[in-house]
Amino acid sequence: MQWEVVIGLEIHAQLATKSKIFSGSSTAFGAEPNTQANEVDLGLPGVLPVMNKQALNMAIKFGTAINAEIGKRSVFDRKNYFYPDLPKGYQTTQLALPIVGLGSVDIELKDGRTKTIGVTRAHLEEDAGKSLHEDFSGATGIDLNRAGTPLIEIVSEPDMRSTEEAVAYMRKIHSIVTYIGICDGNMQEGSFRCDANVSMRPKGQEEFGTRTELKNINSFRFVERAINVEIERQIDILESGGTVVQETRLYDSNKNETRSMRSKEDAMDYRYFPDPDLLPIVVTDDEIEAIRKTLPELPDAKKVRFMSEYKLNAEDAGNLTASLELANYFETVTKEIDDSKLAANWIMGELTARLNKENLTVKSLPVSASQFAGLLARIKDNTISGKIAKDVFDTMWNEGSEADSIIESKGLKQINDTGALEAMVDKVIADNPNQVEQFKAGKEKLMGFFVGQIMKQTQGKANPGQINQLLKKKLGSS
Amino acid sequence: MHTKTIAQLAAGLKAGEFSSVELTQHYINRIQTFDNGLNSYISLTEERALAQAKRADERIAAGKAHVLTGIPVAQKDIFCSDGVKTSCGSKMLDNFIAPYDASVIESFNNAGSVMLGKTNMDEFAMGSSNETSFYGPVKNPWNVDCVPGGSSGGSAASVAARLAPASTGTDTGGSIRQPAALCNLTGLKPSYGRVSRYGMIAFASSLDQAGTFTQTAEDAALMLSVMAGLDVRDSTSIDEPVPDYSASLNNDVKGLKVGLPKEYFADGLDADVAKRVDDAISEYKKLGAEFFDISLPNTHLSVPAYYIVAPAECSSNLSRFDGVRFGYRCEEPKDLEDLYKRSRGEGFGSEVKRRILVGAYALSSGYYDAYYLKAQKIRRLIANDFTEAFKQVDVIMSPTTPTPAFKVGEKDDDPISMYYSDIYTIAVNLAGLPGISVPCGFVNALPVGLQIIAPYFAEAKLLNVAHQYQQVTDWHQQMPETFK
Amino acid sequence: MDKKTVEQIAHLARLDINEKDIPEYVTNLTNILALVEQMNTVATDSVEPMAHPTDAVQRLREDIVTATNQRERFQAVAPQVEKGLYLVPQVIE
Repeated sequence: MQWEVVIGLEIHAQLATKSKIFSGSSTAFGAEPNTQANEVDLGLPGVLPVMNKQALNMAIKFGTAINAEIGKRSVFDRKNYFYPDLPKGYQTTQLALPIVGLGSVDIELKDGRTKTIGVTRAHLEEDAGKSLHEDFSGATGIDLNRAGTPLIEIVSEPDMRSTEEAVAYMRKIHSIVTYIGICDGNMQEGSFRCDANVSMRPKGQEEFGTRTELKNINSFRFVERAINVEIERQIDILESGGTVVQETRLYDSNKNETRSMRSKEDAMDYRYFPDPDLLPIVVTDDEIEAIRKTLPELPDAKKVRFMSEYKLNAEDAGNLTASLELANYFETVTKEIDDSKLAANWIMGELTARLNKENLTVKSLPVSASQFAGLLARIKDNTISGKIAKDVFDTMWNEGSEADSIIESKGLKQINDTGALEAMVDKVIADNPNQVEQFKAGKEKLMGFFVGQIMKQTQGKANPGQINQLLKKKLGSS
Repeated sequence: MHTKTIAQLAAGLKAGEFSSVELTQHYINRIQTFDNGLNSYISLTEERALAQAKRADERIAAGKAHVLTGIPVAQKDIFCSDGVKTSCGSKMLDNFIAPYDASVIESFNNAGSVMLGKTNMDEFAMGSSNETSFYGPVKNPWNVDCVPGGSSGGSAASVAARLAPASTGTDTGGSIRQPAALCNLTGLKPSYGRVSRYGMIAFASSLDQAGTFTQTAEDAALMLSVMAGLDVRDSTSIDEPVPDYSASLNNDVKGLKVGLPKEYFADGLDADVAKRVDDAISEYKKLGAEFFDISLPNTHLSVPAYYIVAPAECSSNLSRFDGVRFGYRCEEPKDLEDLYKRSRGEGFGSEVKRRILVGAYALSSGYYDAYYLKAQKIRRLIANDFTEAFKQVDVIMSPTTPTPAFKVGEKDDDPISMYYSDIYTIAVNLAGLPGISVPCGFVNALPVGLQIIAPYFAEAKLLNVAHQYQQVTDWHQQMPETFK
Repeated sequence: MDKKTVEQIAHLARLDINEKDIPEYVTNLTNILALVEQMNTVATDSVEPMAHPTDAVQRLREDIVTATNQRERFQAVAPQVEKGLYLVPQVIE
């Protein structure tokens, strides 16, 4: 049977506020355990929440960025369940009246298609603390620093039909929240994470199959892997005549498998009700429009502009605008060297490869945009070849120095002097009579051999274009 | 000294007739002498009180005194007080030394008043007789075989026996007005949002409100002036200016339109209590007030709606008592679930558990609409009844309770009969209105209270109306023989 | 309302209740539910539920860090802490 997967994502984005959603505690990452948990975050008897204005504005900003309806009257509810990282025994969240209603985002697929994915809603809520299982024999340690950090939970429609779509959607939401500055997008620190609802149905069937919810997916790579292993697991069950059980499953990235979460088994009845300690949040059209006006150029618009302004194809423009930092980097480099094609090739080639290899983001890049532009300028004016430039780039990355000083100190300047090059060409021809003979007999592949010999002599510094021309002239080909 | 009102004590302190230290010591002595038989205090904070009194005397001497500077006050053990055990009447918090001050405590500290101690109460304020306290029942100073009412029973008994000149309480369904009535005190429950709930351990968040027990309405005005006002730490605290409650006390009540809701004088009201209330009405008529028969047609639904809304909120509010960060933890938990279940099972008493169960049930999936949502709609109808009534009248009067104080243990086996002892007070909480109970006579040597209800934020009117009655009656000055 | 329901709610509310007290809880809860049944005598289809006594709307606070580290004070009342963490029996996810 042909199976079709149906995927919906619930993305949790921590809002980049200074203080927590309902208290004046810091949200900074990495503090000593429980040093950023005040009486409100700890849920001490008698404490009460007061809403952070910035968290509200950030949620509204997200809503305007995806053209969603904004809840002019939104209400906080309590979601009741017991868990040690949930101090009050309930999570303050929004159920019936979320701050952000129906909206949508467009995703671009590898085959060139654009698909619109519906965003059902995005609501404000508080994050829970962290449970640390490792350090204590027979006990779990609870750190409540994260408890009360503002989140928006962005719930998609079950609109995705492949892992590729799910990843593209997650990336697009990531782009948007970081573009508009409401989330730092740091997935290692858990600022941006995702749960996936996955179900299978026979292709052509309209009705959805039973879904499972995959928790704890904290990278783009894992979302792809987790969904893939879950698809396989569900197909195995269905094809062997079994039924999928609706449950919460944890993705274990070490074992690359999903497993049922015991701790969530009986937590199904959350007894939601409106939080009596918080009053309805009312926002006016004017307030919404004022926030909408603060929206920067969004990823889709930037992509279109990159295509027309920098003459890039859709794929390149899409890649360059996926991250605001990368897009800004590109624009700075391009402006300095006035060559968008060269900048795009190098940024998406060497630079991105290196970032991926070292698992870094543009934010932590050791080579600044103007340093990088300095390197590309030397390629452009023929001071160095592309090959040498890669070595220079490597040195810049490791040592942080400017391209010119590396070229100077290592003597990497390209040899463009026609007289000198001509002498080298003559010598190569003189030293290799056999190869010259074979070449003349038609073995034109040997051109590479001659070029190689000269490059070897010059440690790659000879201008490859000029050598090619000279060789062709002297050997009488073309 | 202990027969004096706050207003009189403040005058005495100001005139130098006695010091706050002397006054505080006097009350400490009285507590030590009399409280064994009453059990009105859970904690006596003697050392702290005397230190506060000393500072108050210095402040008075420096001419920087507030009216309440140096005045001893007993605080209900539901208000977190920094460095002092705050038990909420529960084994769950028997070991809980609060690490911060409730806004109410902070307000009294700022005014320079002296905290004598923390008063006994029904566990987590759930009860109408002060029999559910982990620290044992409180006795009614008028008859120690009887209950003082609840949940603020300790606060009421302490002032009734003059073991404090005044005390604070909280009122979720009548927990100030009912014990005030049963103990012959003036008990004020302000409008919801008038006094900050920050640091007041929550029972039912949308109903809870802090208030006062005093001998007189005049004193209640002084106390409320200290407690009332916006607190940015409480989102439900309302940003309304606080009037000078004392300034309007002497306005006359000539032409005051008073509504008498027929539902509050129906079956179930003790005939003698009805008589005392009638007497009070006659006094008001003499003062020129005009009476109108009115109807609050949904009154009979207030107890049912309350017993869904309050338990539902409590079931959630009490989830934080889980043995993890503070409070009682069971011995040797074998796993997390065992930790939760036994800490809560052993730490909470039976009435608290009963209400948590009702609340969890009412909120559980499949029942939410039938119970919780329905109750919230009924609540709207009840509030609307009052809105309609206040289009015709300025205040509403009724008995505070259907009967005088009942015997300790009398309603042990019958929670529902206990619930109905709050039948006249509950609707006021559902609507969020201010209400006051004032002494209006005795039945078989047990006090009876008159309840006065005013529109939202009309505490000044309420206090004025109560004060005028206390100018022509002396019920509020009566105190139990044993404690003179 | 029966024994099984009481046990289910008690589990939901994480309350250990004595086996011998269950019949009493069943009776109590049955009576309370009978009492609240009275609400059904009134039609409320068009009535707006009332979650708060006031019509006020949520006040918002500025995004400013006001809290300082008080871990020691707060953990002084904790049943079990180690290395600044609250300890609970091992949680299995």
